[in-house]
Amino acid sequence: MTGGERVEDRALLGGRGRFIDDLPAPPRTLHAAILRSPHAHAQLGSISAPDGVRLFTGPEIAAGLRPFIAALRAPMRHFPVATDKARYVGEPVAVVLAEDRYRAEDALELVEVEYEPLPAVVSPSAAIAEGAPLLHEAAGTNLANRRRFSYGDPEGAFAAADRRFAIEVSYPRSAVTPIECFGLIAAWDPDADAFEVTAPFQGPFALHPVMAAALGVPANRLRLRTPPDSGGSFGIKQGLAPYIVLMAAIARLAGRPVKWIEDRLEHLTAAGSATNRETRLEAAVMSDGRVTALRYTQLEDCGAYIKAPEPATLYRMHGAMTGAYDIPNLEVENSIAVTNKTPSGLNRGFGGPQVYFALERLMHRIADGLGLDRLEVLRRNLVREMPHRTASGALYDSGDFGAVVDLARTAIDELRARRAAARAEGRLYGVGLAAAVEPTVSNMGYITTVLEHEDRLAGGLKNGALAAATVAIDPHGGVTVTGDSIPQGQGHRTVLAEVVAGVFGLAPADIRVVTEFDSARDAWSIAAGNYSCRFAPAVAGTAWRAARTLRGRLARLAAARLDLPLEDIRFEGGMVGAGPGREVPFARLAGLAHWSPGTLPQGVEPALRATEFWTPPELGPPDAEDRINGSAAYGFIFDACGVEVDADTGRVRIDRYVTAHDAGRLLHRPMADGQVRGSLSNAVGAALFEAFVYDGAGQPLAGTFADYPPPTACETPDPEILHLESPSPFTPLGAKGIGEGNTMSAPACIANAVADALGVDDLELPLTPARVAALIP
Amino acid sequence: MPRMTVNGEAVDAAAEPRLLLSDFLRHTLGLTGTHVGCEHGVCGACTVLIDGRPARSCLALAVQCEGAEVVTVEGLEEGVLHAAFRRHFALQCGFCTAGILMSLTAFLRETPRPTEREVREVLSGHLCRCTGYTPIVAAALDAADA
Ligand code: FES
Ligand code: FES
Repeated sequence: MTGGERVEDRALLGGRGRFIDDLPAPPRTLHAAILRSPHAHAQLGSISAPDGVRLFTGPEIAAGLRPFIAALRAPMRHFPVATDKARYVGEPVAVVLAEDRYRAEDALELVEVEYEPLPAVVSPSAAIAEGAPLLHEAAGTNLANRRRFSYGDPEGAFAAADRRFAIEVSYPRSAVTPIECFGLIAAWDPDADAFEVTAPFQGPFALHPVMAAALGVPANRLRLRTPPDSGGSFGIKQGLAPYIVLMAAIARLAGRPVKWIEDRLEHLTAAGSATNRETRLEAAVMSDGRVTALRYTQLEDCGAYIKAPEPATLYRMHGAMTGAYDIPNLEVENSIAVTNKTPSGLNRGFGGPQVYFALERLMHRIADGLGLDRLEVLRRNLVREMPHRTASGALYDSGDFGAVVDLARTAIDELRARRAAARAEGRLYGVGLAAAVEPTVSNMGYITTVLEHEDRLAGGLKNGALAAATVAIDPHGGVTVTGDSIPQGQGHRTVLAEVVAGVFGLAPADIRVVTEFDSARDAWSIAAGNYSCRFAPAVAGTAWRAARTLRGRLARLAAARLDLPLEDIRFEGGMVGAGPGREVPFARLAGLAHWSPGTLPQGVEPALRATEFWTPPELGPPDAEDRINGSAAYGFIFDACGVEVDADTGRVRIDRYVTAHDAGRLLHRPMADGQVRGSLSNAVGAALFEAFVYDGAGQPLAGTFADYPPPTACETPDPEILHLESPSPFTPLGAKGIGEGNTMSAPACIANAVADALGVDDLELPLTPARVAALIP
Repeated sequence: MPRMTVNGEAVDAAAEPRLLLSDFLRHTLGLTGTHVGCEHGVCGACTVLIDGRPARSCLALAVQCEGAEVVTVEGLEEGVLHAAFRRHFALQCGFCTAGILMSLTAFLRETPRPTEREVREVLSGHLCRCTGYTPIVAAALDAADA
């Protein structure tokens, strides 16, 4: 672990970052504005504008496109623009182009659209009820998919249980909204029939062939590049994919480059969010608090279209539905509904918050129902032996969960003392706990768990997660590194420089890391991108392997040159060899490889550039029994917090927050802590303030940061962060991800504390003052 | 044709009456260090100094700045506050950072020895999604101490 200052910061602090809207646009670029449906559900009639308005209507645009490929083969055609009906408020129905953004927005006002409003359906349970208005008539139903899974002997376990406990929760829609909205520049080359798009798309690059297919070109004709900087993403910028297709199509129709910058209203209504989910969870429990079986019934709401990579939110956790606990029997029923809301997509925590909110709230209630200590019940159920195969197939790789919980023991005692003191004064104070397993490096095959095994076999079994990195050494010994993750603020350049410098015995400043991604020139595969915390475990590890490959070549060269046995060659302080008098400067050695390739020892590959690909062998496809190891490594988090509820206003104040992590080997402690603080603040937003609320007609009620209020410095706690490091045996550097854990655990932890403070059983997020005040006894 | 100084230099560029100051700075003058995160005055990313006082450039028109002295992040001297931000890892994506630097610069000038509460209150005019604010608070207090 090194942990030096970030190489990214000087430029960013000086205002010299280069974000998408800062880049020069190509000559003759036109600016796009999107006309969006004001109706949640409406038949589209004619679309027209006065002469002089450069208008492109949905049907015109879609005529040159193919519908998006989807993971589910439901007949629900999706284009990046509405063609026949609008199915959510904010769905694009037309695009106008003008010389600048102001004029484009003026032109929007001149466009006339005939809408014939249709009844809308907003909640997923209403959507799948008999007689509900259909979003996609061809499908004949709003239920896009339903599957039942059984692992172990859940029926036997429920029959043998001393007690049963159940909880029903409705998890709301929210999103970690980056401060930079979407934006892109798209151009079309008529001679090559090829597209070039620059956008802060974050991956997964499994969507690259999806975008190319929608444009009707082979993937090598869609060159996708990213700007040097991105103003945060947290998953959401995966949602650029349909806009990349939309604007590329417009660039082709217009024969001019097109620039589009999304505004905040567009972002909050139409960019996407996590799914909302209705869950019923039941547990079979022995009188000592041991949980022997879980039974989930989940109804997922993906919004108006199942947009790739959905329904991934529902299946990302499938192998880990038993969370941090050793529960051998499991039953899951998963249903996926479409509703007249914005299509869902990636968001930090991806599928974790929905599961852990139900599971950790239930654990809390089990302890209370049995009259046992909550911490004891949690601890008693924790997974003990590693590696651990869960009922539904995940392979937990390393860690001592109990030891991580114990890190927070004194803090819990202290929280309980604060609670006792506050209650003695008649104040409302509660303590909450939550444990969670944080999956990292997604298996590209997990989404296929949604399919029947025969269908999986027919389509070819999907698995693995290829990561790629390239290291090159120039004739002066300068080292350049690229990797297939696109940073959205996570300091990739700093970490990669430190990792690679360590391999060569150089200083991090000697390493140059280039993170602008170019699909035409960089090494990548479908798993590329910045999501599921794959950077530290997969990409940094792959860069380390590429550096090791070059180190091996240089070592052989040095051994021959210095006439030393290979084992004696060390890389230290910019020198290569076996100490003073028996070493050469690193730069000299590099120069030799470039200038004198003819004199290299036999068998030494001459190139000083290595590209490595790595995929964890543990990531197999779902098996015939639907067991799936959805991720390569699993971190562990244990959270404890104390909250005080204002008895008059219902305002929840987080008094103290303690979060203990095991994320394997930490590559950069301050940045790891930065990920923890960031994801915790996002979770505080989801727990207390943020929700995309729709009225009964499907109108979103939040269009500004005033109605969708992320927490500020005054509401965000300063957590105490504790670490244990159990290196993962399955990743090159032993690292696991750490950036999503608290978004998964903290909403449940905070809700448990509020439930404790109020002595109530049922809570719905976000815990706004009005909602909490109504619960105060 | 608003006449103003930006970062100490006289500017003399045409602006339509409806052009926002943020767009004027970014697109007319090419000073892209000022960022736009909401264009409705909540996120604080677009904050600049107008005659020494922090202001949301997305809520001002360029023509309103006739005669004003405008300072953007590019015009700040790289000093103790910048160093403290680096030391405390007070930025991740850096999109919110320019606005925060502008507000803190003005604030620390008037309140050289602030309390944590006061720093948090100033920061509450800014949204940051990456850092959870703690390191920004620490950097501000550290810079004030220097
Ligand atoms: S862009 Fe001005 S306050 Fe958000
Ligand atoms: S550093 Fe990304 S929003 Fe603040």
